[in-house]
Amino acid sequence: MLRKLHGWPGLVAALLLLVLATTGVVLSVVPAIERAGATIPPTGEISVADLSERVVAHYPGTEQIQRSLSGEVVVYYSRDGQPGADLVNPLTGESLAPYQPSAFLRWVKNLHRSFLLDDAGRMLAGGLAVMMLLLCLSGMFLLARRMGGWKAILKPIAGSGSPRIHAELARFAVIGLLLSALTGSYMSAVRFGLLPEAAAAEPSFPAEVSGGTPAPVSSLIALKNVDANELRELVFPYPNDPSDVYSLSTTQGSGFVDQATGELLQYQPRSAGNQLQHWMIRLHTGEGLWWLGLILGVAALTVPALSFTGLQVWWQRRSSSVGLGEGAGIEVADAVILVGSEGNTTWGFARDLQKKLNQAGKKVHCAPMNDLAKRYPQASVLFVLTSTYGDGDAPSSASQFMTRLEHFQANDGLEFVVLGFGDQQFPKFCQYALDVDAALSSKGLQQMELVTRIDRGSAIQFREWGEAIGERMGISLALTHNPAPAATAEFELVERVDYGVAVNAPTSILRFRPLQDRRNLWQVLSFRSRSNMPSFEAGDLFGVAPPGDNTARLYSLASSASDGQLEICVRKQTNGLCSGYLHNLKPGDRITGFIQQNPGFRPAGGATPIILVGAGAGIGPLAGFIRKNTDLSPMYLYWGGRNPQSDFLYQPELGGYLDDHRLTGLNTAFSRSAEKAYVQDAILADETALRQLIEKGAQVLVCGGRDMASGVGQVFDSILKPLHMDVDELRAEGRYLEDVY
Amino acid sequence: MKNILFALGLATAMALPAYAQAREVTFTTQLSNYGGDGAYLALYLTDADGQYQGTLWIAGQKSKYYKHLRGWARGSGMNKAEYDGLTGASVTSGRTQNVTLELDDALIDAGYQVRVDTAVEDMRDNRSDVVAPLTTEGSGKSVAGRGYVQSFVYNLK
Repeated sequence: MLRKLHGWPGLVAALLLLVLATTGVVLSVVPAIERAGATIPPTGEISVADLSERVVAHYPGTEQIQRSLSGEVVVYYSRDGQPGADLVNPLTGESLAPYQPSAFLRWVKNLHRSFLLDDAGRMLAGGLAVMMLLLCLSGMFLLARRMGGWKAILKPIAGSGSPRIHAELARFAVIGLLLSALTGSYMSAVRFGLLPEAAAAEPSFPAEVSGGTPAPVSSLIALKNVDANELRELVFPYPNDPSDVYSLSTTQGSGFVDQATGELLQYQPRSAGNQLQHWMIRLHTGEGLWWLGLILGVAALTVPALSFTGLQVWWQRRSSSVGLGEGAGIEVADAVILVGSEGNTTWGFARDLQKKLNQAGKKVHCAPMNDLAKRYPQASVLFVLTSTYGDGDAPSSASQFMTRLEHFQANDGLEFVVLGFGDQQFPKFCQYALDVDAALSSKGLQQMELVTRIDRGSAIQFREWGEAIGERMGISLALTHNPAPAATAEFELVERVDYGVAVNAPTSILRFRPLQDRRNLWQVLSFRSRSNMPSFEAGDLFGVAPPGDNTARLYSLASSASDGQLEICVRKQTNGLCSGYLHNLKPGDRITGFIQQNPGFRPAGGATPIILVGAGAGIGPLAGFIRKNTDLSPMYLYWGGRNPQSDFLYQPELGGYLDDHRLTGLNTAFSRSAEKAYVQDAILADETALRQLIEKGAQVLVCGGRDMASGVGQVFDSILKPLHMDVDELRAEGRYLEDVY
Repeated sequence: MKNILFALGLATAMALPAYAQAREVTFTTQLSNYGGDGAYLALYLTDADGQYQGTLWIAGQKSKYYKHLRGWARGSGMNKAEYDGLTGASVTSGRTQNVTLELDDALIDAGYQVRVDTAVEDMRDNRSDVVAPLTTEGSGKSVAGRGYVQSFVYNLK
């Protein structure tokens, strides 16, 4: 519901909001420009009487003096019967320039408030402001849900691609956008009478004036009493009309001044309602608040990107939701698949499972988890495929599942399997899948297989899970779903450096260069793929599938696109199909692969100390980070290998990095040397120093095998104990990142 | 073209003789290309000393901006009764406005003046942009304005 409330207005309004935002950005800089050109005398220095005297000295035919909230003073005068308007210096009354409001800005302003369509356009603009308000509010609630509560709303956002960009930008800009939308809606509501218009503090004209000989403007007491900075407008009496008066309007109120006695007549202070209305307008336009104008402008600048990424997210969600339908009916199905999905990605996996089970002769019923039936009379197995939303919550298609489960009646021998989808970067990886697994067990169902957690939609993990399940069920279940078939490119091996053969851990650093394919005319015209090098950073992933196999393996990149080559560090696994394939490559050989971004595994940058931890080939991305560290952020590397003579990966490079201070400290541990130490030991040996670094805000990045990573996590927990902190807490703050395999 | 039976309101306000005859007058106001948003106009009658006598026409719908029509606002006190039923749309830069009204015969050649005050958002207010004596002789003679009005002419029928 919340998602629909966010998506539909966004979709409808995106294009029109672009117009409002772009024009808003242009208008937002006006107060700052005006302020930069204005002279503002210190408060108390000159009164309106002084100002008027100086102006009249230069402009005997002064009709009106106006001061904008930015401090610009404009005099309207007539000279020899010709009207004129000049910007003047309030200190001297001298002309600065002729006053000519910009026709361009007037056009932009009209485009902004009415799409150049008068009242109909103003109504549309007002409606859009309300829609923007809705988008901001529903977006804030969605973000809070995603982050696991309002308290966590400022924490680093995990994930990647357009959803993450959308969330990051929106979080940055929401206060400004909310203010613009709220004040805009208010102004429109007042304009169209939906809110009462504050009674304008219009004093009525004085019934009687003294009618005496006009005194010089500098001597009028009522004008002497007002500081020039409080002036909004002073209208001079009509020449030679003794019954006329000065009309004075200030930031505080308005009234009239007798041109003979200087007495203030019919003065009315601004009412509270009028003040409110005035402030709403100022908060919208930034008039006289140049800094606010700029803040609102920067916020509005994000709207085009928000619209674009929002549309992308909507499209991705929409295009992944199409499928086979629910298949067999509840009464006849012998296998049931229930899907818990937020972004619809999980449905892709479910459809593949449904299709392969069908091929194996099963009657399959497939439905959202919220559609859990009271019972499935013929079913022998219940599959639950679910993602997790935010901090361990149910995704939207499973929000009612736990309640419905209370009324569920399992027939005898019904087995279940839970498959969780998630991202290891999140602190509660697949938490909801674990909860569902526990709930089904306590309901008395038989667990067919332990709950499996799939990291970032890994096609390999999904296939392996399918093999295990197929074996249990006695069928062949060749699952092939790959959620994001990435655009592949060709690469040529240019160099390889081999390590570790002597210690039975052959590990190679492989360097590839992207191959220039011939660009077609369109690509030439659109300046695309000039180098054919996809953009990537160290820590991103390189996907390669061995020949005759559709499932790609991901390797962490040890280089960035700016290095001009693609570097990975690969340990040859026993019977490893893909690692074996890569290890057999000779310089000049070509392979096909793709880049998958991994923005959740990057050092923070700046002055934040970085603690890098890795073992074996896990050093790859860490070495890439160090190579990129030309800003010389403090970086400490803890790495474990087998033997310093055989598999000390990157040894020469690391020496160089220490010399030029890209690397601050290097600690190694070797398991097949005299010391017989692991990387955990190296970390423990440095316990005090590491604790101090973390206290100072250091970030930890761990890359390597799963066992090593969990061992390292335990060591850090023990190091953090005296600080009353733990790894989970750091993880939640984005200060403990892992890339494990 | 706007046809308003004007005679009654003004006649009562000014206590004119009962035998007065109505006469149709068309007021044509052409605006210059001042390059701004739509202009608010006040057409009104004053005596020879410039004292307000009655409202002819107000162009512009938002009464909160009427205070910028300064001479008229001063004279009429912006009383709604003074302009009720005598308002229309604001006039775009460069355009011409025609208003046809029935005026009491007694107002013509009696020393009255037609005045036009003009105002535009974010630009100057012009009190007495146009001043033209209301006479038989003046009918059909174009008068130049000093503000946003390019030319002003009235035609007695």
